[in-house]
Amino acid sequence: MDFAFLDQLWLARLPLIKGLGVSISISFLSIAVGTVLGIFVGLALTYGYTPMQWLVRGYTDFIRGTPVLVLVLASYYVLSTVGVELGPFQAGILALAVFCSSHVGELVRGALQSIPKGQTEAAKAIGLTFSQTFAYVLGPQALRQALPAWVNTAAEMVKASTLLSIIGVGELLLRTQELISRTFMSLEFYFFAGFLYFVINYSIERFGRYVERKTAVPS
Amino acid sequence: MTNNLLEIRDLHKRYGTVEVLKGVDCTMRQGEVISIIGSSGSGKTTMLRCINMLEEFQGGTISIDGQEIGYEMVNGVRRRKREKDIARQRALTGMAFQQFNLFPHMTAAGNVALGLVKVKKMSRDEAEAIAEKWLDRVGLLSRKDHYPGQLSGGQQQRVAIARAIAMNPKLMLFDEVTSALDPELVNEVLQVIKGLAEDGMSMLLVTHEMRFAYEVSSRVIFMNQGRIGEEGNPREMFLKPKTERLTDFLKTSSFN
Repeated sequence: MDFAFLDQLWLARLPLIKGLGVSISISFLSIAVGTVLGIFVGLALTYGYTPMQWLVRGYTDFIRGTPVLVLVLASYYVLSTVGVELGPFQAGILALAVFCSSHVGELVRGALQSIPKGQTEAAKAIGLTFSQTFAYVLGPQALRQALPAWVNTAAEMVKASTLLSIIGVGELLLRTQELISRTFMSLEFYFFAGFLYFVINYSIERFGRYVERKTAVPS
Repeated sequence: MTNNLLEIRDLHKRYGTVEVLKGVDCTMRQGEVISIIGSSGSGKTTMLRCINMLEEFQGGTISIDGQEIGYEMVNGVRRRKREKDIARQRALTGMAFQQFNLFPHMTAAGNVALGLVKVKKMSRDEAEAIAEKWLDRVGLLSRKDHYPGQLSGGQQQRVAIARAIAMNPKLMLFDEVTSALDPELVNEVLQVIKGLAEDGMSMLLVTHEMRFAYEVSSRVIFMNQGRIGEEGNPREMFLKPKTERLTDFLKTSSFN
């Protein structure tokens, strides 16, 4: 690698750092909002009344069957035609959070359904109400169960954040592309961006492992 | 008002179109130990599970200490009580299960203390003291910080019994608590139950341990095809059965 790349990298450090920051913000916000929404989706899928289950099932199937890019474009362009004016950043977060919620919803449903029925019965038998049963018995067990798959989903969300470059959100990929169109060093800068994404996802994975270890039940 | 601890009147229970309980009547006084025996599918476990509303039932009434369980009449219509009230009524009884059903993410002491803190609203310290008292009682105080995965089946079942009994229920329900245990672990659990019986705890046991039922019960109920086939004191029931059904059942069971 010649020094021209390092020079260019140094010159472009501010937009790149900003882009990285935007990418991290997008990922963090969409994962956080998507997870909270997803927990409710999972609860509705598992314990909701039948009409509600149908409704939520329709929601998750529809969202999961739609490419994320389409969701992003729809959130930005279609919502504005019905009078909801969102900036590209907000529209992007909305799309990713909705996408994330449908996946987390399925994770939560799967985790809750994998807990033996006897757990609920034992909780009922000592007089716990449903919300207490969820908070102290089912929730903690489902959390451990869902954690590895949740880490996967979180990493997917980081990758999906690149799609927001299409609607003009100045995240890492868009900043990299702008840089390349000025310097023509496509190989170097794409690799560099790829490396940064890898670092983010690797950190998420390490963090997941750490939490898994911390919450493991001795046996 | 009656002085009966438990009163079951004309209990009917269906799964879809299959009627599993076809009108069961049963009363129980304070301090009685009743064993329910019968072949599988006779409805004995279902009956036990109706008493703490783990199963819904379609007809009849169950009362504990004069309190009607699970359903109430509103303007002549039978209605399920509110979930909160049912939860409170479930605390009148304690239950031990065939599969133990300990909470795997909590220690033995944590399992016993959970209901005390969340349902009885005790302080942590108070709950822990009671948990330790009962774990000591079932001989597992030294294992109080162990997780269920670190305990043997017999130890898990003893913790499960401690968890139920620590809630100070008026009536203990035991649902085939030794059926999932290796033979050499059965006795330690039966000894715990025997100790509770000697303390005067009111207990309803569904069991396949005929010898144990014979020794510990004040009364035995034989369930047959969703009805009570025969009932009486254990001596009459096991040594001089009146009905042919019970005679046949005892022949195939391990009592001898």
